[in-house]
Amino acid sequence: MGLQITVNLNGKPVTDFIDPDTTLYQFLREHYCYSVKCGCDTSNCGLCTVLFDGRPILSCSCLAARADGHEVYTLEGLQEEAKEFIGFIAEQGAEQCGFCNPGYVVNIIALLRENPDPTDEEIKEYLAGNLCRCSGYEGQLRGIRNFLNSRKG
Amino acid sequence: MFTFKNYVRAKSLDEAYELNKARTNKIIAGMMWLRMSSLPLQNAIDISDLGLDKIEQKDEEFSFGAMVTLREIETYKPFCDYTNGAVIEALHNIVGVQFRNMATIGGSIWSRFGFSDVMTFFASLDSYVELYKGGIIPMSDFIKTKHDNDILTRIIVKKVPGKFIYKSMRNQKTDLPVLTCAVSCLAGNYRVVIGARPGRAMIINDEKNLLAGGLTEESIKNFAAYAEGVTPTQGNMRASAAYRSHLVGVLVERSLKELGGLK
Repeated sequence: MGLQITVNLNGKPVTDFIDPDTTLYQFLREHYCYSVKCGCDTSNCGLCTVLFDGRPILSCSCLAARADGHEVYTLEGLQEEAKEFIGFIAEQGAEQCGFCNPGYVVNIIALLRENPDPTDEEIKEYLAGNLCRCSGYEGQLRGIRNFLNSRKG
Repeated sequence: MFTFKNYVRAKSLDEAYELNKARTNKIIAGMMWLRMSSLPLQNAIDISDLGLDKIEQKDEEFSFGAMVTLREIETYKPFCDYTNGAVIEALHNIVGVQFRNMATIGGSIWSRFGFSDVMTFFASLDSYVELYKGGIIPMSDFIKTKHDNDILTRIIVKKVPGKFIYKSMRNQKTDLPVLTCAVSCLAGNYRVVIGARPGRAMIINDEKNLLAGGLTEESIKNFAAYAEGVTPTQGNMRASAAYRSHLVGVLVERSLKELGGLK
């Protein structure tokens, strides 16, 4: 039977029975949020980033039981917000294998909500917890900078 | 990944304390390091509902509940102002924003990790640990204690007028530090703390009164050499003992110079 939890997932309540030690990452994958991936499983790579009550966290290191009664957003529920800037990042060739991309995008959304006009240093600082083994990070930075510049007109 | 059979949301500190007496039960805080252990547990005790997630400021002190996250501390302006931004320098290299949104001050201090930036920095303040049964004890005493079954409930920082500097050496940004160094001048008294030796943070007392006459190029150089000599270091995969010892002298000298406005 397990533990019953209800998570407000991407704007909709989802109720399920889980094993007590199920991670939020496992719960999300079981509920078809395939954008959420487990890269390092040691809280280091940022691939599993989701918004938990609006704050970016690592779902591989969070118990699903702790999400009971809370709001969780994955990239599946943030498509509209992501659309605004994802093209700018793609234009820079920053998406290569694409594996890190969903975690990156979710954390960029968190950054821009918290700080709508960050400096390059603030962008680097905020995204330091998202590892990308293809790009060298400059492409993402240029993409975000171009997006921010385009907003200023 | 650690596993457990039952997830218990404690309704009181007393309930958490009673459960925590058993060796197969464990309090979970941020869970960032605990999750990587292979401990098979009976009960994971979650203390999230006990109101320990608040930062409070009074005239004479700051109070951080055990479940306050590192990110909440680094973005709490009154504390950043009090520490002249040194708290940001101490925390911003800890993995990433997502990690610091989960890691808690209670978990970081309670665990007494050798590599802890948090422990090193807070030991340089006039800080205290509140334990459920053990009461309030100075951080300088707490860092020497062994783990037991008590529960850390709060970290208290007295607002003693002071200046603070924090520095760390890392092989790579966001990696664990090779060495950490925090120095402070609290109401005219200097305190130097070295961590990631790789052992637990320790306070280097000025037993020879080298800084008694104030911070000058010469007194700083002498104290840095003294600190290098008396700080025990060891080697591990990140650095050798000799390199760490050298870093003690370098970071102490740089930190004290910055503290004294000589740099």
